[in-house]
Amino acid sequence: MAIYNLNINGKKHQLNVDPETPMLWVLRDHLHFLGTKFGCGIGQCGACTIHLEGEAVRSCVTTISEVGTKAVTTIEGLSVDGTHPVQKAWLEHDVAQCGYCQPGQIMNATALLKRNPHPTDQEIEEAMAGNICRCGTYTRIKAAIKTAAKV
Amino acid sequence: MAVEQIKFGRRSFIKSSVAAGGGLLLAFNWFAPESAKAAVSGAESAWFKINAYLKISSQGGITIMSPNPEVGQNIKTSMPMILAEELDANWKSVVVEQAPLDTNLYTRQLAGGSDSIRQSWPGLRRAGATARYMLVEAAARKWNVPSKEITVESGVLLHQLSGRKGHFGEFALEAAKIPVPSEVQLKDLTNFSIVGKSQKNVDGLGIVTGMPLFGLDYIQPGTLYATIAHPPAFGLRLKSFNATKAKAMPGIKDIFSFKTFNDDYKRQWTDTSSFTELIAVVGNSTWEVMNARAELVVEWEQTPESRIIMAGFRSDMEVNVPAGLESTADHHRKMKEAATGPAKTERRDGNPEETFRTAAKVIERIYTAPFIAHSPLEPLNFFADVTSERALLAGSIQSPEYMEKTLSARLGLPLEKIEIQMTRIGGGFGRKLYGHYLVEAAVISQMVKAPIKLIYSREEDMTSGVYRPMYHATYRAALDSSNNLIAFHVKMGGIPENALHANRFPAGAVDNYLAESWSVPSNISVGAMRAPGSNFNAAAEQSFLDEVAEAADKDPIQFRLDLLRRAKENPVGKNNDYNASRYAVVLELLREKSGWGKETSPKNRGVAAYFCHNSYSAQVVDVVVENGIPRVEAVCCTNDCGVVVNPDAAANMVEGSIVDGIGNAMYGELTFTNGKPDKSNFDRYRIIRHNEAPRKIDVHFVENNLPPSGLGEPPYPPVFAALANALYKATGKRYYHQPFIKNQF
Repeated sequence: MAIYNLNINGKKHQLNVDPETPMLWVLRDHLHFLGTKFGCGIGQCGACTIHLEGEAVRSCVTTISEVGTKAVTTIEGLSVDGTHPVQKAWLEHDVAQCGYCQPGQIMNATALLKRNPHPTDQEIEEAMAGNICRCGTYTRIKAAIKTAAKV
Repeated sequence: MAVEQIKFGRRSFIKSSVAAGGGLLLAFNWFAPESAKAAVSGAESAWFKINAYLKISSQGGITIMSPNPEVGQNIKTSMPMILAEELDANWKSVVVEQAPLDTNLYTRQLAGGSDSIRQSWPGLRRAGATARYMLVEAAARKWNVPSKEITVESGVLLHQLSGRKGHFGEFALEAAKIPVPSEVQLKDLTNFSIVGKSQKNVDGLGIVTGMPLFGLDYIQPGTLYATIAHPPAFGLRLKSFNATKAKAMPGIKDIFSFKTFNDDYKRQWTDTSSFTELIAVVGNSTWEVMNARAELVVEWEQTPESRIIMAGFRSDMEVNVPAGLESTADHHRKMKEAATGPAKTERRDGNPEETFRTAAKVIERIYTAPFIAHSPLEPLNFFADVTSERALLAGSIQSPEYMEKTLSARLGLPLEKIEIQMTRIGGGFGRKLYGHYLVEAAVISQMVKAPIKLIYSREEDMTSGVYRPMYHATYRAALDSSNNLIAFHVKMGGIPENALHANRFPAGAVDNYLAESWSVPSNISVGAMRAPGSNFNAAAEQSFLDEVAEAADKDPIQFRLDLLRRAKENPVGKNNDYNASRYAVVLELLREKSGWGKETSPKNRGVAAYFCHNSYSAQVVDVVVENGIPRVEAVCCTNDCGVVVNPDAAANMVEGSIVDGIGNAMYGELTFTNGKPDKSNFDRYRIIRHNEAPRKIDVHFVENNLPPSGLGEPPYPPVFAALANALYKATGKRYYHQPFIKNQF
């Protein structure tokens, strides 16, 4: 066990857990940030995507000791009222079916647009290939990313 | 305007009871007294329950209850839209609440069979129309004007002649005193202003902001976390275990084994599970219980042969569960043997044997498909808080009404002491019809005497069974010397069940027709996956018809249309499931919308069409080959599901069906070695990804005023075949065996 001072969505959170604990479970079980989802536990589906210093990472394979005091952004930190351009684009295209993967998709898309504000279709496909949508909303996800890119 | 007779009955949507005076009353309808008192005393927001689906506040707020489980099919938006339409409510002011399981108020709170909209359509319309009637009557009395002079628009009641108007909330209290009409006028479909117009997902904002809407997100203060260990292979059961090391690990509260069902309990079809004795690991967090689970030392033993009588969907079914550790190689060998052995005749028209003997040309092809793991992205999980007095269950379940009965028997609690709260479901595809995980959560909570959250790891989820069955089909077609289809034979098999729908197209369109079925028992549990049976039936049949059309030198769409004309004008046999006219209209629309036969540049196009779950769907798939790898460039899809309640959401679901179908056709496969699934997570079990999905999907609906029918499943089956037929054009090879990626590239 070790004490960590986390920086999540701009706020400090102190907790005492096993250093090997993945951020996914720190967020969900210890801090109740429930927007970050569990899908596979091995970094293969992207449902747990968060930002670490602005970069998209899989929180299920990122331990709390790797995170330390680095800035963490979760879906709740994007905006609470859906006003972030990527969230707005998702609403405009009514992307979700079941909706379970969408926080992870949105976090990955947001990181993509930050490093590449105007991605081509192929760049979108490659960047988003690590995020599974079992309902198959890929065409809408792509359309929403393109809409957000125009903002 | 249509006049709808209000019928009362045990299964009617608005439940009835005989009042003391002998007349019929809506039992739940008037909950007004308490809130009415509050309204009279001037409270800001008194709520009046107008019926089981509808609450109106004195301020004009409208809450519509959504009774069915939302699994991504949009019913939490589209079912309330139907009620709001007949109510003439202002959709923008409607708030939707998920109803809990309540068999006194609602019927068929089930997500399955593409039937939520179809079956609730009349009831939701009645619920809206009767509420509207009562509000109008209340206004008529208050204003002392004839009710027929009052109009309603967007939640506002208006008496044009006197200029009086008011919102619903002003009349909710009085409306509660109006007798429920014995008949009510429903709106003409041409006057719809909410239904048929695209409305956004009512949970959209919650989804994009990460609100805790899903089963996995449901917790209460003091909740412990739990996970399970099940046998690593089908055909094994628990013999003994040593949890000394695991119990000593940090955060672990308890580890024990338990049985999911009572030994003498007659299981329902929703109780399907191969592993009914499990080890539970309970602790303070998911991570800790999953770590401890990995340290269990378990001894397994072979399960003896057994026979289970289960209450099936329609009637009791006998399930023979053989002993042994099965491998995919054994499955293939057994299917090959069974395919040439005796089979059960399911339908016979004319004289197929003689026709095949004397035909000018006979085409015979074999199709197979593997077991598939549904793999909804939200793994199996459930919240349970069970005491000696009552049980609260909350989470993602497609079949709450069935599971409540099983819970009652297992926990020893009466049905009325069991509360099931339904959350948004993070994908189901049929897997979450089988609620053993809900019972497991309840038993664990009962044993540890605390609220618990059961979470399966992805590995436990993928290897726990209830898969799409393995299928095998032999198709034969006979052509005469003029290339007319004169006989058709399907011999359909599967492990442990087959996919035959004997009375579907082309039955009814061919004079000599034979449909047979066989199955091979297995201890690998199976269940419904999106369009069960149909998903393979369509894949095989529609690929085969493409090849038959080619052999007959006919255009594949025209070939089908000619058969459908025969089925319409002079059908063979009486028991044909489909409507040949509607089927043909969907194909004709597809031909038009896809520009079939009018391509301006060469395309690798495949077509398929299918009828299931009361709806019709047809698709043209265009495949391109890039660096030797085929990619779906575009899909054009036409559908007839009657009235389309929420068009953009309906299109979304069709798009999803197409992506899901392409994914499972190309990649979906679970194989076994000595009873053990060979894949357990998404590193090896392939789900279609963004860069493998079609670049473009066009969705069209036949416009008609027929009552709405299913859409969650119908567009799924044909895409398997449309893809196979397009791949044939692209590669010159036919694709008989799923997954296509494994066998042919």
